[in-house]
Amino acid sequence: MSSDNENSIKFSSMRRKLLMGMAALPAAPLLSSAGLFSTPAYAQAPATAAVNTTGLAVTDTEVTVGILHSVTGTMAISETGSVQAEKLAIDQINAAGGVLGRKIKYIQEDGASDWPTFAEKAKKLLVNDKVAAVMGCWTSASRKAVLPVFEQYNGMLYYPTFYEGLEQSKNVIYTGQEATQQILAGLDWVQKTKNGKTFYLIGSDYIWPRTSMKIARKHIEGHLKDSSVVGEEYFPLGHTQFNSVINKIKLKKPDVIYAAVVGGSNVAFYKQLKAAGIDLSKQTLLTISVTEDEIDGIGGENFAGAYSCMKYFQSLDNPNNKEFVAAFKKMWGEKTVIGDVTQAAYLGPWLWKLTVEKAGSFDIDKIAAASAGIEFTKAPEGYVKIHPNHHLWSKTRVGQAQPDGQFKVVFETPDLIEPDPFPKGYQ
Amino acid sequence: MTIPAPKSGRTFFLRPQDLIGIIVLAILLLVVLPLALDNFRLQFVGKYLTYAFVALGLVLCWGYAGILSLGQGVFFGLGGYCMAMYLKLEASSVENTKIQSTPGIPDFMDWNQITSLPWFWEPFRSFGFTTLAVVVVPALFALILGYALFKRRVGGVYFAIITQALAAIMTILIVGQQGYTGGINGITDLRSLHGWDIRTDSAKTILYFVCVGLLLGCILLAYYVKSSKLGRILVAMRDKEDRVRFSGYDVSSFKIFVFCLAASLSAIGGAMFTLQVGFMSPSFVGIVPSIEMVIYTAVGGRLSILGAIYGTLLVNWAKTSFSESFPELWLFGLGGLFIAVVLIFPNGLAGLWQSYVAPRLGPLFGGAAKRRAAPPSASPPASGPVAPAAAE
Amino acid sequence: MFADYSLAELGSIFVMQGFAGLILFSVFVLMALGLAIIFGQMGVINMAHGEFMILGAYVTYFTSQFFLHFLPSLFNIYFFVAMILAFFASGALGMAVEWLMIRRLYKRPLDTLLATWGLSLILQQVYRSVFGPREVGVELPNWMMGSLALTDTIEVQINGLFVMGLTIAITIAVALLMYKSAWGKQVRAVVQNRVMAGAVGINTEKIDRNTFGLGCGIAGVAGSAFTMIGSTGPTSGQLYIVDTFLVVVFGGAQSLLGTIASAFTISQAQSTMEFFLSGSMAKVLTLLGVVIILMLRPQGLFVIKVRR
Repeated sequence: MSSDNENSIKFSSMRRKLLMGMAALPAAPLLSSAGLFSTPAYAQAPATAAVNTTGLAVTDTEVTVGILHSVTGTMAISETGSVQAEKLAIDQINAAGGVLGRKIKYIQEDGASDWPTFAEKAKKLLVNDKVAAVMGCWTSASRKAVLPVFEQYNGMLYYPTFYEGLEQSKNVIYTGQEATQQILAGLDWVQKTKNGKTFYLIGSDYIWPRTSMKIARKHIEGHLKDSSVVGEEYFPLGHTQFNSVINKIKLKKPDVIYAAVVGGSNVAFYKQLKAAGIDLSKQTLLTISVTEDEIDGIGGENFAGAYSCMKYFQSLDNPNNKEFVAAFKKMWGEKTVIGDVTQAAYLGPWLWKLTVEKAGSFDIDKIAAASAGIEFTKAPEGYVKIHPNHHLWSKTRVGQAQPDGQFKVVFETPDLIEPDPFPKGYQ
Repeated sequence: MTIPAPKSGRTFFLRPQDLIGIIVLAILLLVVLPLALDNFRLQFVGKYLTYAFVALGLVLCWGYAGILSLGQGVFFGLGGYCMAMYLKLEASSVENTKIQSTPGIPDFMDWNQITSLPWFWEPFRSFGFTTLAVVVVPALFALILGYALFKRRVGGVYFAIITQALAAIMTILIVGQQGYTGGINGITDLRSLHGWDIRTDSAKTILYFVCVGLLLGCILLAYYVKSSKLGRILVAMRDKEDRVRFSGYDVSSFKIFVFCLAASLSAIGGAMFTLQVGFMSPSFVGIVPSIEMVIYTAVGGRLSILGAIYGTLLVNWAKTSFSESFPELWLFGLGGLFIAVVLIFPNGLAGLWQSYVAPRLGPLFGGAAKRRAAPPSASPPASGPVAPAAAE
Repeated sequence: MFADYSLAELGSIFVMQGFAGLILFSVFVLMALGLAIIFGQMGVINMAHGEFMILGAYVTYFTSQFFLHFLPSLFNIYFFVAMILAFFASGALGMAVEWLMIRRLYKRPLDTLLATWGLSLILQQVYRSVFGPREVGVELPNWMMGSLALTDTIEVQINGLFVMGLTIAITIAVALLMYKSAWGKQVRAVVQNRVMAGAVGINTEKIDRNTFGLGCGIAGVAGSAFTMIGSTGPTSGQLYIVDTFLVVVFGGAQSLLGTIASAFTISQAQSTMEFFLSGSMAKVLTLLGVVIILMLRPQGLFVIKVRR
């Protein structure tokens, strides 16, 4: 693979000289004529005109992609890890020879935790910068805001966050898990190993927790034997007082607390849970919203013992992951932690590269069509594959939090789980 | 503060320099900016201008009547949501939504197991009703609120804090009732207005001009209110409420009126926002956007109708360009602006213009300028009784 | 919902729920006390109150780190040191702010609102740049964690007791300071008639600065205490601001007693409703209730002077 890439680099630098001789010609005819001339001569090194028929920002030596996350505002805390992972992946791809012989250059835009800004910047990336792909967005709201833009201007978005599902687009590859992937296996596990029969559902009040809890409730009531939901509760984002609900939990004595609380509320919830004497090593708590990133703020000692259901943990024991963690820490410092979304963000550039190489083209339509079946064997989480519905086949894992803020993986689904963004029977 | 001297060579209700100001603004917005900016940037300006409606409302209600509302985002949101409901219904035609379990209702309702359209969505199938609702619903809401508060002589700080709490309540409600409102994601993926695709560049350009047209109309309305007897009563009330009351005026009714007017103006802005940006979400309703809208007015000059427009454009332009090049510095800049505008130039850009630029321009326009140069910012900023509620 | 439980169980739940209400009450009082002093006594609306609290929280975090690394043997008592430091840090910042900004704005209360909002944005960005955008986890000494078992079924949180104790102590201290000390007499004199107070030789500027500093200092202590129950990050202060203002306004601005009564009413209403309804609705109903009562009784529960 690497020798191929070296070749293509050499070829493209030759072609660049050739092109420079024609610099007087206007840009568009230049590209097409260069393509015509060079196609037979350099069959192995794909010519720009051949791999880019829609005028994306692809030159003979470079291809431009966009990174679109919040660097400022309330979401900056969460999205920083994704930006870091995407930059790492791009660096690594470039070091390995780039994509179709072209180095990846990125343009980073700040969504500023503001959804119209996301839409504007997405449009700028697609219309002004003509980027070949965008790695970005974190919250559902930002994705919903940019989705019409991507569909209208035919762009490609690699979206890293685990999310509520109920969406599928030609123009988006979802590298995180959709809700059923994340939820069902974890519930099965908790029922089997912890003998969980009664569940208390608690979440922040917005679309992701509500949809997730809906799926969880359907599964608990319809698919798990003799199990029931004894309470379901939502709190406004930013809520900081949980003593009343903790009393309710004490009253109901559920076997399992199933939590999807986010942001600052998360910190308050676990601190108050611990203070109220609910010992997470005895009371089973399964959450779908706490990754290594969140534990930083909650404090490892407040969360130790709880279970988290994710597709990736920093502590995963496989060669891919060890390499990834080492590279990430080398680039961003020893103290950084890597959560589920960060890893999913890292997949974005790689999956895009593999797809482009399979399609032999940067054209969005060709990438969208070629995405199904793309396999990435070097993924830190193991092996992933893109499903025709543009979500990933992935394993689901349950980790138990340790006082040092890391998870010990206690369960892993034996097979990859099929993504099902519109689950029948769960809506 | 002195009331602008009435009847000095007015055309209708406009003083000559106001007329010049409006014409200059119109040329800037209708000719200069569309020619100078590419489509992409022009759409930014279009979005900023929707906030200018709010700022305009605040000039009337805060600058002239002394009512500081920290909940204008609520009205902006009400207008925006009314329009978004209409557009969403149009986008959710049966054939567009045939993969849903209940076709013909908005997608987010389907995800929330709502099987038929809620009753309060039903009327928004009609464009006529929607246009009416954009103006009337927020005004009604403001009427109820204003009636309850002003009749009991709640004012100043208390009013500000109550409206702020309302902004918080509104956000929690919209986010919590996601089956009916689209929740935190808002109402997205709006496509067409009466079959006219609003997502294309040409549509956005047309909407920009519509927005400018409406804004100019609202500016004229504001000038009319300001120059009418009502406007002078408002100023008098702000400066000595008791004296106006003792003169036999029903102070609270005037306050209610101007508050409703400001609410409707904000709502028009909200509706234009939805049309131009293509979605509406609770993040424009809450406390933070509401206070930011106040700062637009303060920067432009709380006493100046045109100043508020320029203030809005300037702050938003600064926000966009700052956050592009120095994201870290933006909050410092915005925070500093808040403090500076309060401490150093309380009458905003318009005040600076009046004290430094206008006197020098005066001779160019002949003697008439001498009469105008004095008010409304004659008083030096440091001691200026710009904050009406301070008039205790 | 209570059908399946024995009387004893129900009894203990009610006790614990009452206790939860009391904790919320203490939290509200602690949040609002500093603001009540500043708003009630000086008429200044300090929108940066939350940021002063978070400064206290960061001070606590750094104190805990310091003790952890240099004085691990004394870690058990670091919290007291942290609270004192938090008081002085926030208080000093408050005095600086008063001197640079607030003192020019006493005649314009609505403008203090805008200026302090600007200040809060700046402080947030300072925290973000200096301490990083992520929330920090403040480690507590072991004795402050967990709960006391009063009976087999009744457990009360130690940190809840701690917050309650702290609230009582600070409230008493403030009350004594305001109503028994010579300094408090001067403060009240300045509030009631600034010119006369100046005429009889009170240094009104100094009184203003100290009062503002005191309010901010108390905010710092509150922030320090809240590291036990909430998050510490650049924007965490924003979470408290609406509740705090409503408590103060609902109580009637000029009265400390009013603040306490209003904190009690709001906290009990909220915690009871949270128990019987869902969390989001409880919050909306509480806020709405407060707003409606404020419409009926615009000057709050306890009023000293009614009309201007």
